[in-house]
Amino acid sequence: MSMTHDLSSLVLAQGDSWITFDVGAFVENFWANTIDGLAYGSIYALVALGYTLVYGVLKLINFAHSEVFIYGAYAVWFTFFGLGFRPGATAQLPVLEVIGFLLLALLAAMAVSGGTAVLLERVAYRPLRKRGAPKLVFLITAIGASFVLQQILFIWRGGNAEQGIRLLRNEPLFKIFGADVTNVTIITIVASVVLMLAVNAFVNRTKFGRGIRAVAQDPDTATLMGVNKERVITLTFLIGGLLAGAAALFYMMKIPQGASYQGGFILGIKAFTAAVLGGIGNLRGALLGGLLLGVAENYGQSLFGGEWRDVVAFVLLVLILMVRPTGILGESLGKARV
Amino acid sequence: MTVTSTPPAAAVPAKRKRPISDWWNNLPRVQQWLVLVPLVALIYLLPVLNPPIISTQPGYDFPIAMFEVSRYALVAIGLNIVVGQAGLLDLGYVGFFAVGAYVMALFTSPDSTLHKLPFLVVLPIAMVVTMIFGVILGTPTLRLRGDYLAIVTLGFGEIVRLLADNVDPLRGNRGFQSVGHPPGTNADGTPLFNNSDGTPWYWLCVTLIILVLFLVGNLERSRVGRAWVAIRDDEDAAEIMGLPTYKFKIWAFVSGAAVGGLSGALYAGQLGFVNNQKFDVVTSMLFLAAVILGGAGNKVGVLLGAIVVAYIPLRFQAIAEYKYLIFGLALIILMIFRPQGLLGARQRLLTYGRQAYQRLLGRGEQVSSDGSLASDTPGEKA
Amino acid sequence: MQRARLTKIFVLAAAGAISLSACAARTDSGSGGSDSSAPQAAAPSAAADAADPAGDGKAQCSPTSIAYAGTINGANAALGINILNGAKLAVDQHNKANPGCQVKLEQFDTEGTPDKAPGIVTQIVNTPGIIGVVGLPFSGESKAAGNIFNSAGLVTVTPSATAPALSTNGWKTFFRGLGNDNSQGPAAAKFMTGELGAKKVCVIEDDSEYGTGLAATTKQGLGSALACEDKVKTKQTDFSAVVNKVKAAAPDAVFYSGYYQEAAPFAQQLNDAGVTAKFVGPDGVKDDEFVKGAGDAAANAYFTCPCVPADQFTKFTDAYKAATGKDPGTYSPEAYDLATILLKGIDSGKTTRPALLDFVKTYDGQGLTKHFKWDDKGELASTTVWTYKVENGKIVRNTEIK
Repeated sequence: MSMTHDLSSLVLAQGDSWITFDVGAFVENFWANTIDGLAYGSIYALVALGYTLVYGVLKLINFAHSEVFIYGAYAVWFTFFGLGFRPGATAQLPVLEVIGFLLLALLAAMAVSGGTAVLLERVAYRPLRKRGAPKLVFLITAIGASFVLQQILFIWRGGNAEQGIRLLRNEPLFKIFGADVTNVTIITIVASVVLMLAVNAFVNRTKFGRGIRAVAQDPDTATLMGVNKERVITLTFLIGGLLAGAAALFYMMKIPQGASYQGGFILGIKAFTAAVLGGIGNLRGALLGGLLLGVAENYGQSLFGGEWRDVVAFVLLVLILMVRPTGILGESLGKARV
Repeated sequence: MTVTSTPPAAAVPAKRKRPISDWWNNLPRVQQWLVLVPLVALIYLLPVLNPPIISTQPGYDFPIAMFEVSRYALVAIGLNIVVGQAGLLDLGYVGFFAVGAYVMALFTSPDSTLHKLPFLVVLPIAMVVTMIFGVILGTPTLRLRGDYLAIVTLGFGEIVRLLADNVDPLRGNRGFQSVGHPPGTNADGTPLFNNSDGTPWYWLCVTLIILVLFLVGNLERSRVGRAWVAIRDDEDAAEIMGLPTYKFKIWAFVSGAAVGGLSGALYAGQLGFVNNQKFDVVTSMLFLAAVILGGAGNKVGVLLGAIVVAYIPLRFQAIAEYKYLIFGLALIILMIFRPQGLLGARQRLLTYGRQAYQRLLGRGEQVSSDGSLASDTPGEKA
Repeated sequence: MQRARLTKIFVLAAAGAISLSACAARTDSGSGGSDSSAPQAAAPSAAADAADPAGDGKAQCSPTSIAYAGTINGANAALGINILNGAKLAVDQHNKANPGCQVKLEQFDTEGTPDKAPGIVTQIVNTPGIIGVVGLPFSGESKAAGNIFNSAGLVTVTPSATAPALSTNGWKTFFRGLGNDNSQGPAAAKFMTGELGAKKVCVIEDDSEYGTGLAATTKQGLGSALACEDKVKTKQTDFSAVVNKVKAAAPDAVFYSGYYQEAAPFAQQLNDAGVTAKFVGPDGVKDDEFVKGAGDAAANAYFTCPCVPADQFTKFTDAYKAATGKDPGTYSPEAYDLATILLKGIDSGKTTRPALLDFVKTYDGQGLTKHFKWDDKGELASTTVWTYKVENGKIVRNTEIK
């Protein structure tokens, strides 16, 4: 008797309900949340591409990809710092200078992230491939590499996030349905879409891209046909790293305090979720999954409250996989064609 | 077909010499027991002996460290059912662990509004509740395959942790104090099982490990166990042969969940405090690392894996800044040099295996493959 | 906390320090007035005679140890290292000045999580040489392991665990070096509706025990002035949905109940979205890391803190900077004070656990941050809550909340 009473009191929770539905706030902020969600979602999408490419080629979840991303964020921070900018109020600079410095940071981040990704492949994955290790083992070295990369940052820079430096204020340019669209939002969304189109074209239209697709479809046959598998794998990691570096710049423009040693972890998990949502191994799926996740998180927060953000993301994932067991667009990299 | 399926023959010879395991497998059961009993006695005595080099002191209390290692071992055995036996990649196992811990806290802590029950009564309740969660998670998700299952289970683990945070009666970060413990008092009237003495807890946990090993061993040799291996090795083939794969996958999930719940409840009891802090993805990954590192599918292997994963950070506790760097490097290096795990999974006859091998080969057992979970290379196992 | 500011403040403080009561009176008249024109209250002069770990340099004792137990490599490691460095500085100064009494500071890493704490704490209580502990920094780990200290009779002084429930366990060895959430929350509410004149306040809390506990008491204090509330997670960096919600509510002040790591990006994103409300944070936010990290948004920020202004800590600040290369962070001065109290005890010959416990229990003296005297639960007998604001990129003292 008392047991059932207790259980019902547990569920009905001391009078107040612990989850509320705020439809008013949802409607009121719908467009603002949509725009912000798309901007953050395109960062997810860029990182998700790295997961998807590697998965498409190696059938491997590269759990250390979040560290590849955060190394790019540190590269951005150090570029700004090296250019003489310091934390505090945003500097007022001529437009051309801002563009130049941002491009410089983009190059630095892409170089560092790309380099980290290739190094990771060489040190943690290639020796295992040479030994024909089972697939799950790669997961464990990925976790090990993730620890090592994080701890290097921790020992070097300490536990605090780097204090935010930014060159460009996040300022509204125009309004859509009453919601502000800022310069950073526009740059992030446009640049992400352009980068993704470029990668799509690269994979589908160039000789290297054909190699990637061939290895993704059938590595043994591809090798027989004269594709250098090792080079294709290195290239795949490199492209994933370059995109993560670009994502790191946009992330740091939006959140200048983003460079911290564990700062990539949650974003990495989300980006991987986005990749699976869209259909892992599918380039356009990564874009779709990223944007969808970014928007859904914001809707969920305004509907249920900020603490439900991640729950909404993961419940969405489960629901979509129930209906589409291989993600929304669910095809493999090998089959992706324009 | 994947890249990892390209010929691994050079690195993992199919018939490598394994003198110790051959010797062991050829011993009659009685002699195996004669070796095992002193070994088990030694294991029980470890926290009392506190051997100098093995000891985690002065950084960390050794008996409690031993309990943590044994707790990881119990978790690894449970996860091994799911990952090693049935070949289902579960990245959210910590969710079951958390459910077990919370059930224990809810029914024994004075911070909870629920009716209070003794520790030993709650222990089976925790297992049952966790099994129910296993069904709840398994029913919708086990139709997914491979890495899709991995990410969904990861999501489930996170949802459990976040619910513990967001749902008010579960008290989030505030947590539950004074979680229950088994009965018994010391000579001076203080409880025998408390959070500053790891030894009784360690003994309890090792005893439970031995019990669980027996149960799991029998399960493995039963129809269920054979079904799991069939699913692990080739799910499509198993299904075509008429095996209700979905049902057996749920069984694997539920059995694994029960052990996870048990270890979670023990964890809650020993700590005496439960909040939402330690049920994150990283912990889940470490559980998985224990299984893979030791050799998925091999019960003794995963025990060793758990020992490595739980012990290394505690051993280097005194050099806090570097311990996780050491741990990460150890994971990479161990995996590169032992890709099949410390002890690989063994392919062998399961039911009446001993008698069959005796008759066919004249010796106890034939070990035919080192590859753990080489499920994508079925052809090479012959 | 740089020298230029400190000298400037020092002049102000010296003028105000003539009379403490005068300062209190001024604060009262100031509250309820318009926001930024509220007069800056003077720091109490008493901090000048704060206990100095160096002592008279003549202390004699056999080599003995105290310990820091808390996060070094784990969640919120930066806070733990602030505390460790503060305690370390006190011990170093003491050992340098007292060649006849060398005290060792042992370090134990709990990773800030409750599951590691009992093993570490058991190790500490089983190490006979350790007679006092600075820590544990967080409330969760304190709940998990506080009873072990208690049954061993080992005194612990925490510089940062503020959950009110901790002092209700009947632990005889627990001493809290700052006010708990019950004292800061109502004061923060009073500050926002009074001095800042806010009619509508949004309270955003993180998921830590500190954040949720403080938010609860603050919301209670705000009553009908609470315009909106929301929750975020530790380690979250993108706050766009919460920002949109706050923006729609158009509050006069936003109270962020959590730590500076999340507060800095949150404040900046609010500012970017055009929210001009005053940003108010508690002691977990009051840190130079916040001021530098939040960029343009920091200028609009206020803090509440159960700590006395550190204006006259020039000696401490300089020494800390010389030792670590960084400015003292949140809880560094508290840790310094608490370690000093333990060292005072050792200097006066209390080199056993019961003697040192007794010493702390009956301690009555001024520290850098406040006056230390504990009640029988281990709470400070009197706590004051001060407010701070940002001026020219520095945190400066504002007023005392009465």
